[in-house]
Amino acid sequence: MSEKKIDNTRRNLVIAAAGASAVAGVGVAVPFAWSWAPSERAKAAGAPVEADISDIAPGEMKIFEWRGKPVWILRRTKAMLEGLKKVDEKLSDPNSKDSVQPDFAKNEDRSLKPDVLVLVGICTHLGCSPQEKPADDKGEMGSDWQGGFLCPCHGSKFDLAGRVYKGSPAPINLEVPPYTYLSDSTILIGEDKKGA
Amino acid sequence: MSSRLMALWDWFDARMPSAAEEFRKHASEYYAPKNFNFWYFFGALSILVLAIQIVSGIFLTMNYKPDAGLAFGSVEYIMRDVPGGWIIRYIHSTGASAFFIVVYLHMFRGLLYGSYHRPRELVWIFGVLIYLTLMAEAFFGYLLPWGQMSYWGAQVIVNLFGTIPFIGPDLSLWIRGDYVVSDATLNRFFALHVIAIPLVLLGLVAAHILALHDVGSNNPDGVDIKKHKDKNGHPLDGIPFHPYYTVKDFAGAVVFLFVFCFVLFFVPEMGGYFLEYNNFIPADPLKTPPHIAPVWYFTPYYSILRAVPPLFNSQFPGVMAMGIATLILFFLPWLDRSPVKSIRYRGSLYKTALAIFVVTFLILGYLGTEPVTVWGQFGPWLANADRATVVARVLTVLYFLFFFLMPWYTARDKTLPVPDRVTM
Amino acid sequence: MRKLLLTLLLAPLAVLASEGGYRLDRAPIQPTDLVSLQSGARTFVNYCLNCHGAQYMRYNRLAEIGLTEAQIKDNLILGDAKVGDTMKTALGARDGKAMFGVAPPDLSVIGRSRGADWLYTYLRTFYRDPKSPTGWNNAVFPQVAMPHPLWTLQGERALEVEEDHEHHGAPEYKWSQLTPGTQNEVQFDTTVRDLVNFLVYMGEPSAVNRKRLGVVVLFAVGALFIFAYALKKEFWRDVH
Repeated sequence: MSEKKIDNTRRNLVIAAAGASAVAGVGVAVPFAWSWAPSERAKAAGAPVEADISDIAPGEMKIFEWRGKPVWILRRTKAMLEGLKKVDEKLSDPNSKDSVQPDFAKNEDRSLKPDVLVLVGICTHLGCSPQEKPADDKGEMGSDWQGGFLCPCHGSKFDLAGRVYKGSPAPINLEVPPYTYLSDSTILIGEDKKGA
Repeated sequence: MSSRLMALWDWFDARMPSAAEEFRKHASEYYAPKNFNFWYFFGALSILVLAIQIVSGIFLTMNYKPDAGLAFGSVEYIMRDVPGGWIIRYIHSTGASAFFIVVYLHMFRGLLYGSYHRPRELVWIFGVLIYLTLMAEAFFGYLLPWGQMSYWGAQVIVNLFGTIPFIGPDLSLWIRGDYVVSDATLNRFFALHVIAIPLVLLGLVAAHILALHDVGSNNPDGVDIKKHKDKNGHPLDGIPFHPYYTVKDFAGAVVFLFVFCFVLFFVPEMGGYFLEYNNFIPADPLKTPPHIAPVWYFTPYYSILRAVPPLFNSQFPGVMAMGIATLILFFLPWLDRSPVKSIRYRGSLYKTALAIFVVTFLILGYLGTEPVTVWGQFGPWLANADRATVVARVLTVLYFLFFFLMPWYTARDKTLPVPDRVTM
Repeated sequence: MRKLLLTLLLAPLAVLASEGGYRLDRAPIQPTDLVSLQSGARTFVNYCLNCHGAQYMRYNRLAEIGLTEAQIKDNLILGDAKVGDTMKTALGARDGKAMFGVAPPDLSVIGRSRGADWLYTYLRTFYRDPKSPTGWNNAVFPQVAMPHPLWTLQGERALEVEEDHEHHGAPEYKWSQLTPGTQNEVQFDTTVRDLVNFLVYMGEPSAVNRKRLGVVVLFAVGALFIFAYALKKEFWRDVH
């Protein structure tokens, strides 16, 4: 066994070269990792969608597709809006403090203009698409049902502002996507005024 | 902190001692000759390029579509829409050509220093197998972009198999999976290129290196370093591969990467030799390009194929000649009768033969990239023959003579006395 | 022996003469000239996109040549495509084939397959030919199925070819103007230059970026080499 002094020059040089190589290695890795980011094609397909709401009568709902998801646009009647206040105690989050939504939805009706509701139609539990259950469907939904949505998969219930009922498996209210009005009859889904 | 690391290492080493053992056997206690020169970089560089091709290839597969209707578009998608996609594509295309440059230089080292001599014949055989496998890998890969050259190059090469007597047409049909090169062909070539052949390649490379390490490396003097050992049993003219050659190969790799990156970022098409212009036209089964040529690394053999005239209306003799031109490499350890390994101690017969071989290979390679009319015609005194064809025929003969006459001129050659110890 | 070597050395130059055909002009394009590229984009959209597509080129990529999304939408998108869409043509392949005998090829990568010089010369050497189905022919691409796309700008020209039977040299090309276009020769050359500049850009939009990144990478690898070489030198002191 030979006695070897620690050669500091050599050791420093190895550390320096290893460091330089590590930097180079990161540099090489960057384009490969970056290639996983959404491509231009994905971004174009995920671009905001223009929705024509001029042909939606009061009480009716139309479904649009944005980023592969169903987006519900419902023209709410006065009765529907009044029904919202009546169910506040039955809801987990009546003032929508914990939902995924733009800032303007942190209230009771959760929309830019109260008469038009825009929601992402995907249950916040495990991703099924809830069904519309109008207010007169009291047989299935109960005598004090004010109208809303029922998810067929595990029974989560939402009101006509997408707010989740207590006791539902779904933890939070339905998501409100960023959106803005291009005109009275056209909504741009996917972008709010600040530019999403 | 470092004692924790040491403890972790000890835990690992107690359960898998072979990790450290193999590292000692193949790196820190593998004694390699200390006089390795420039020609000895290319083995390590081959491994580097293989790794580069595998990594860039994997990432290309993430966005490439192996469908005749989508393939060409998916490559443009990678070039334009995938972030950083153009870098990955150019790495792979540059790497393909780099692989052959490195491998040809690596093989040439074998010719210079007689690396294929006993006891390294098996190392050489595995090497030639790697070369053939690499050619197959490149051929299958080239169809994938589905450009005009991809399509028609594949069509021509598969038709070569069709010239084999009796079984030819059925063989071509079986290879293609269709009556012409089509989606079926593309899909199977994709599977072969992406996984089947790379696995074979990795296995052969492992065998190649293991066979080498079992007998030890040759060197530019062709001297056997194991003849003189010190009191520890280590060759006097040997140095441990790690750290000396790991460090030297690392520097060599950086130089290689400099050249590689220069090509990648400034001349990725290399004048149409690395990325052919015609391949930016989507494959059209109804329109044959006026001039089909294989990629540059196949062109010496393509020249030989074209130089041999058809016999009984069949191009099969040319195909045979091309096949023999590649396969004859296997026999080099037995064709070379020289008592001396390295060119440094060989006579002028071998040096002349090797020089002629190199020039022959290069000119045949150039001619293969051009149509046969590239040098015009001779006059009526030589039946208006294409000059390039006549030259290619002469060179083909010279190519084969290098091998066929080798037993004679290597035995006859006046050799110099080989030193006992290496010269630096 | 010397003669043979000289012939062998110079033989490759014969390639330049052997391909024959019209001699190509050098395309004086500047890939960094944004104004030229924008002008070329406008010419492309107005004169080419009716029949040819550029299906791999996205409209919003044109921000790279100095245009805003609004400018692209207002000036370059003539149909109802969105700015994130690719530059497709309305002319289907079957209709194109019926009209011209061959479907007009997609031009996304024409800059890479044909090259700048070819395109620059080709677009400026159309001439009237009563014998052809379209009434047009081209000096660089004989019997081309496309009529002169820019004839309103260049006007109509005629071509007289005089073969040099005596010395077997290159034939002489005599051009004459039949009717004027809206641009004179200098203006038209500039228009075509800008269009070719755009076509080359469209063939590889990341080209300018590639070269810029290349400079940085080569410096980085050079720096790495200094460390690697120093390391090698240090260890190999043991051996020497």
